[in-house]
Amino acid sequence: MGYLWTIVALVAVLALAWRFLGSYLVAVYEGRVHFLGWIERPVYRALSLDPEAEQTWQRYAGALVVFSGVAILLTYLILRIQGSLPFNPQHLAGVSPALSWNTAVSFVTNTNWQNYAGETTMSYLSQMAALTVQQFVSAAVGIAVAVALIRGLSRKGSRTIGNFWVDLVRGTLYVLVPIAFISGIAFVAQGAVQTLAGPVTVHDALTGVTQVIPRGPVGFMESIKQLGTNGGGFFNANGAHPFEDPTALTLFLSISLILCIPVALTYTFGKMVGSLRQGFALLMAMAIIFAACLAVTSYAEAQPNPAVAAAHVVHQRSGNMQGKEARFGPMPTSLYDVTATQTSTGAVAGANDSFTPIGGLGLMAGMMLGEVSPGGVGSGLYTILLFALITVFLGGLMIGRTPEYLGKKIQAREVKLAALGVLVMPITALVLTALAMSLHAGRAGPSNLGPHGFSEILYAFTSQANNNGSAFAGLAGNSAFYNVTGGIAMLLGRFAIIVPVLALAGTLAAKNVVPSSSGTFRTDAPLFTGLLIGVIVIVGGLTFFPAVSLGPIVEQLSHGRLF
Amino acid sequence: MATADAQTGHETSAVVTDVAQPATAHASAGAARGVAQERSLFDREILAQAAIGSVKKLDPRVQVKNPVMFVVLVGSLVTLIESIAHPGVFDWSITVWLLLTVTFANFAEAMAEGRGMAQAQALRRMRAETEARRLFPDGTEERVPASGLVKGDLVVCEAGDLIPSDGDIVEGIASVDESAITGESAPVIRESGGDRSAVTGGTKVLSDRILVRITAERGQTFLDRMIGLVEGANRKKTPNEIALTILLSALTIVFLPVVVVLQPFGHYSGASVSVVVLVALLVCLIPTTIGALLSAIGIAGMDRLVQKNVLAMSGRAVEAAGDVQTLLLDKTGTITLGNRIASRFVPVEEGAEEELAEAAQLASLADETPEGRSIVVLAKERFGMRERELTGERAFIPFSATTRMSGLDMGERRIRKGAAEAVCAWVAEQGGAVPQDLTATVESISRSGSTPLVVADGPKVLGAIELKDVVKQGIRERFEALRAVGIRTVMITGDNPLTAAAIAQEAGVDDYLAEATPEAKMDLIRAEQEGGKLVAMTGDGTNDAPALAQADVGVAMNTGTTAAKEAGNMVDLDSNPTKLIDIVEVGKQLLITRGSLTTFSVANDVAKYFAIIPALFVATYPQLNTLNVMKLHSPKTAVLSAVIFNALVIIALIPLALRGVRWRPAGAASILRRNVLIYGVGGVIVPFVFIKLIDLLLTAVHWY
Repeated sequence: MGYLWTIVALVAVLALAWRFLGSYLVAVYEGRVHFLGWIERPVYRALSLDPEAEQTWQRYAGALVVFSGVAILLTYLILRIQGSLPFNPQHLAGVSPALSWNTAVSFVTNTNWQNYAGETTMSYLSQMAALTVQQFVSAAVGIAVAVALIRGLSRKGSRTIGNFWVDLVRGTLYVLVPIAFISGIAFVAQGAVQTLAGPVTVHDALTGVTQVIPRGPVGFMESIKQLGTNGGGFFNANGAHPFEDPTALTLFLSISLILCIPVALTYTFGKMVGSLRQGFALLMAMAIIFAACLAVTSYAEAQPNPAVAAAHVVHQRSGNMQGKEARFGPMPTSLYDVTATQTSTGAVAGANDSFTPIGGLGLMAGMMLGEVSPGGVGSGLYTILLFALITVFLGGLMIGRTPEYLGKKIQAREVKLAALGVLVMPITALVLTALAMSLHAGRAGPSNLGPHGFSEILYAFTSQANNNGSAFAGLAGNSAFYNVTGGIAMLLGRFAIIVPVLALAGTLAAKNVVPSSSGTFRTDAPLFTGLLIGVIVIVGGLTFFPAVSLGPIVEQLSHGRLF
Repeated sequence: MATADAQTGHETSAVVTDVAQPATAHASAGAARGVAQERSLFDREILAQAAIGSVKKLDPRVQVKNPVMFVVLVGSLVTLIESIAHPGVFDWSITVWLLLTVTFANFAEAMAEGRGMAQAQALRRMRAETEARRLFPDGTEERVPASGLVKGDLVVCEAGDLIPSDGDIVEGIASVDESAITGESAPVIRESGGDRSAVTGGTKVLSDRILVRITAERGQTFLDRMIGLVEGANRKKTPNEIALTILLSALTIVFLPVVVVLQPFGHYSGASVSVVVLVALLVCLIPTTIGALLSAIGIAGMDRLVQKNVLAMSGRAVEAAGDVQTLLLDKTGTITLGNRIASRFVPVEEGAEEELAEAAQLASLADETPEGRSIVVLAKERFGMRERELTGERAFIPFSATTRMSGLDMGERRIRKGAAEAVCAWVAEQGGAVPQDLTATVESISRSGSTPLVVADGPKVLGAIELKDVVKQGIRERFEALRAVGIRTVMITGDNPLTAAAIAQEAGVDDYLAEATPEAKMDLIRAEQEGGKLVAMTGDGTNDAPALAQADVGVAMNTGTTAAKEAGNMVDLDSNPTKLIDIVEVGKQLLITRGSLTTFSVANDVAKYFAIIPALFVATYPQLNTLNVMKLHSPKTAVLSAVIFNALVIIALIPLALRGVRWRPAGAASILRRNVLIYGVGGVIVPFVFIKLIDLLLTAVHWY
């Protein structure tokens, strides 16, 4: 019952976010919010930039790539030389080149894949100036791209799609910073640690054991980690660490923060293209896929652990407790982890590796379907819009008209870009998984053999190619091989999608709008939502089915049955 | 434009010379005719040619144009090498079936082309070398072969001659048999000047003598172009076809790594994965069904238009027809029957209706126009007036554009009928007075959408005849159907706004353009296009040419001028403006067929996975047999069944590709729901059934 009420409360919170955060985002990106103008204007002056001047898609994409490249470089440098920098109470040495590369790419691409344990690797300065800063701006970049694509769809005969720098600054300043600040206070109030004072040493006089308890600037990092669907926690245990996620209330707050922007963006989309129903149709597709994955994982995790059952422990009332956040149990942990994998967040409140195979598949499914349910901040919306274009193309042909979406004709160029954006992720994930399996360096990674080891590698690359960052765990990822290939997967998964998306925004913006009539394929109706889900599931299903059948499915079948 | 001039009276009669009855032309499309010889889908001659063509097309240079089938061809070469290296029934079977898959695709294309080739051959026979009589400025004649004519030459044609090339009549009038091109056996009148001066090479002069100035360059005649079109000689991919090819290529590209990675995946899992099975899986997954049928669908779409006696100058135009949102339709011939019919006698000033009828009948006895005849018939019906033999001195006064009247002088009696203003002026000239209530009568007739003809007997105005524009039967329903698919219909007429409004309402069009001039038409097209809409129109006059060129789909009537035919992107050989609606249907059907078969093709993959994946790894992981939901006999039969199904489904769908998916006018949602159900859901289910059946068959005959 408690689980049900949690979900009801979550839906209520998200409904409010959809309506109010959604319209606030419209105001922010249409330049109607100015309360922080005294910070905003000097930034533009410092960049010697005219906030009114818009960019073509090429310049927009160019600015984005340059910005991200510089961000990777800066992050890399800070990590490498952190030993000589302040705010390093543990006197941690500089991070190795391969790991620095992987981590820098990881945080700039909003992936937050962590091949390290934060409390023993990163200085406070690295956590704050390198990682947390990227958690803000990488999220702002994602939203900017989504907004640029929305502009492309809503404009008519326009050469420009907005100004990257303005979108970046406004998104950070008016959306991410205020919300993260307020919710950060809530985290700290609930008991998340926020200090620069270094770890504490506790001496237990009774047992004679001296224990070092790591601390740090955790609470505020936690709020942007969730809000920006980043997922990179301060501690290795991520959301399962009580300093990151101290209470059930912060667990709920985390899930709400993760989902609020991706969900609200569908409202923003609807509002900006002039029909809320259009946004709602996308939201419904997201919600149905989310609910299906959640149902599969929740059901699977409610079943007794087969290994425990095999040991003749009959009483497993609460389901598969292995690897779960013991304070909350299997259901909230499942909700948290499903939310994290479906949103490109990748935070975990339990060990995904210890989920049942089908429960783990439920987690993987969200990523394999392209992370659109509702996906990361911005990335969820722009990716589902790519799927929408393909859906519209097939559907439009089936009614006998040149396909159109929101009055924009979907022709060769649009199909090319949308297909590119949709197919980069599965190809990257599968090819790199195959590479890892073919090389000794790759096979050395997984800590399990057989299908489960297969799942560990597949999960790692699927997660990175999706910029998710959630780890199945059980994979020794901090090797030169996994650091380098992982970095490639993350870069491709981010920019090989963003650039086509921006190109699409550019071509769509330039197009004229065909007025709709009763002969138009309606994209704001349940039929469209159904078809969209079908396309997402078939594309994801067809590309990953062989791989999945060798991993989770075969493993589950070894336990005797699929469910 | 016959109708744009028809402002007030019955002057249209002069040009009602040809035009097959529009109402029946559509129904008679099945009869043998000109280009559009109806052939059975399984015509033996075409089948034989297609069989040869399907082998010839195995040439890699041909295949490379179709990325999907090219992958299949390369795959079959890989399995061929594998089969030679490790011979076995299974490997050879796969190789043969993969080659058959490519051949079946070629066969589909060759079938579609074959129908066009057969038509082109018939046309070529017609183009048999004719002799022309070239006329020199000094009046002397020279006999030259038709192929020796150049643009600008003058030729003489007399009864019995074949017109050697396309041209315009500069002198004379003749009846011409155009059945070679249009299939319509009734001869048409062609005369110099105006919109009926164009003649087509290959047609036959039946009477009289005409002087023709050649307007086509050598090898560029209408007949040449027609042969090229039906043959698909320079067929280009249409925009939607290109977009779809990109999507299919993308699906092919993504399945390549999906399948290739199974080798290392299998190796990791300790399974040995056969290359032949991997190739088989790849071929089953890539969208071969639609890849194989795509070009056939396009060719067949053009061919269906030819069957309807419409020549599209490009596939792009056919596709655009499916997108049309506004149809500009000429009133006369499209919405109304070409001729007006007398429906009522309206006497004025308490005159007797019978008196009016008598005079009207007399004035119309010699009038051979349909309007004139309908007056005679109406008088007979109403008052039993027999057609009378006219005795004594009499003179029929024919209609002329200046007098805008016609009539009869019989002794002292002078009867006139015509446009109200003209007759009133004539009456005034005779010293008569125009009755008070005439204006009201004339106006009320106009308001009801009819045309008033005023009849006067000497200085006395007797009353008016109501000439009713008869709206074609069933046209209202067609417009309703068009509205359902989101197409707006606009009636174009030269009538005054009052009349136009009444007819528009009766016919059920969405809008009308009254007192239309070519400029007004052009403005309307531009305005619609600026709003993002695609516009289709028909036209036949030289003054229609700019609008025909501006419209996205411009259908020129074959009876029209050369300028009109060159400006439009389609020519309707039947010169039946109602055809526009059929053209839109063909365009839509073309897209629907492509979309539906793509959906079917992709949906098929689900079943193929369930056949092949368990088969691939069941030796390593016996538990994967749970996924073998079809309970296929063995891994080998499973793979082979999937491959055989994949090949046979192409053959099975050829008739559908050539005929096109059935299209009924309905809202987008209901069409989509239906097609998703049949081709999406059906596409998931069908292969499960047939792969199982093929597996049972293979097991029964032990052929694996």
